[in-house]
Amino acid sequence: MSRVAFPANWWARAGWTLLLLYVAYAASQLELTPARFAAGLEHGGKFIARLFPPDFHRWELLLKGMVESLQIAVVASALGVLISAPLALLAARNLMPVWASWPARAVMVLCRSFHPVIVAILFVKAVGFGALAGILALIIASVGFLGKLLTEAIEEISLKQVEAVRATGAPFLSVVTYAVVPQVFARFIGFASYETDANLRNSTMVGIVGAGGIGGTLFAAFQRFDYDFVCAIVLTIIVLIMVGEVLTVRIKKVFRV
Amino acid sequence: MSAALEREWRRFTPVERLGRFTVYFGVVAAIVASLQTVEVIPEFLYDAPEQIGDMLVRMWPIAWGHYPEGVHQALLESLHIATLGTVLAVLMAVPVAFLAARNVTRSAGLNYAAKLVLVSARSVNTLIWALLFVAVFGPGALAGTLAIAFHSIGFTGKLLGEALEESNRGSIEALEASGAPWLSIALKGYWPQVRPAFWGIVLFRWDINVRESAVLGLVGAGGVGMALDTALNLFQWDRAALILVSVLAVVVVAEIATTQLRKRIL
Repeated sequence: MSRVAFPANWWARAGWTLLLLYVAYAASQLELTPARFAAGLEHGGKFIARLFPPDFHRWELLLKGMVESLQIAVVASALGVLISAPLALLAARNLMPVWASWPARAVMVLCRSFHPVIVAILFVKAVGFGALAGILALIIASVGFLGKLLTEAIEEISLKQVEAVRATGAPFLSVVTYAVVPQVFARFIGFASYETDANLRNSTMVGIVGAGGIGGTLFAAFQRFDYDFVCAIVLTIIVLIMVGEVLTVRIKKVFRV
Repeated sequence: MSAALEREWRRFTPVERLGRFTVYFGVVAAIVASLQTVEVIPEFLYDAPEQIGDMLVRMWPIAWGHYPEGVHQALLESLHIATLGTVLAVLMAVPVAFLAARNVTRSAGLNYAAKLVLVSARSVNTLIWALLFVAVFGPGALAGTLAIAFHSIGFTGKLLGEALEESNRGSIEALEASGAPWLSIALKGYWPQVRPAFWGIVLFRWDINVRESAVLGLVGAGGVGMALDTALNLFQWDRAALILVSVLAVVVVAEIATTQLRKRIL
């Protein structure tokens, strides 16, 4: 009897075929045709030619927008951390009864369910155009993500230390400060810097719906076909985000996350 | 002897303490500076409850009747954009991930080049990609699909590259020793090892892309965001509420589906 080293997996092949069929179907539904693609490529050449060289003439406008984006990101991250830390403690099922953890979890799911830009639309309606709407929108996003990550971190702690502190008769607050916080602190710093990074990315976007920051300037420049200024803005955003990513890595190294 | 006993023990070295202090100081300084300079008009906050109340009143009753004609098709389009974008992103990310993995491609130059591609794809937000592609291909789903795809390359490529770097040498060496060509090594050596990670990454990214595809329409890149944009511009808050509820439903279903699928696969 001969054995085939790599027998054909017909289930996998059927799955890949189905995926291929779906791709063809979806592409036809979206009217993604090669002709359109080719026309776009031709158009794209002209577009890229108009992007360069980037125009930094209106650097004051650019700087103002970038600074506002930074402010939004920093304030939203700080408040997001302040809100999500106690909320995560409430949501941790190993420390809290069900009646406390369940509502806290529901709040987090609700905060995470919409894209920050959609939340920003609602806050623009509630508090008007400007940075405040962006800050509130990003706080919501931070609470959703940071809360979830931190809850999982708290649920993974070793309960031995909690029991040891409890055995000394320590009140709940001491249990938290001496048994829970030391175990999750480094990871929390990691999550917080990750969330700040994410907020920085989104703070450059919420301006598209009028919630402050560089996004508004970017969108306006696009609508005016002011493509060399668009290029300047996009390049600045990329630099800012890359600096943010490097800083996050450095901070994680300092705290040995 | 006694000097050694009375030595004061410290958890961190002076350099570590300096590093931590710098981070704390920088964070506090950034927060204080931002709070002092950010242009926030507090009067707007007093007005907020009233405005939110007004918004909710306008949203109610939700215009359910509008769903079949105005939302269903756009919602499907968003889902197609998210799925096609993910497929396209994976197709483009796999070769880059192979180039970025140090144990597969033994050339530091190529590794760095691939990582640079991944980082820059990630640094440009989906919405910025969408703006660029709308300028190139005109408004519509094509721009949205490409925006999702190009932004997702960074994420999928990075994680896939890391998964490849963690793969075990054993079966790769066995295949190499048998003289297998490169494609066979990739398919029978690396693929079975990274398959669970691969599906995990794809599902995770698809879940994110479903959320993102809902906002692409705000810049004209197709999907349900376009319907939302129209409803908001015309102050049809009841229709906007319907769209938000539909998006929420899709997002929740997608999250449940990915969680269940991940349990099956992993």
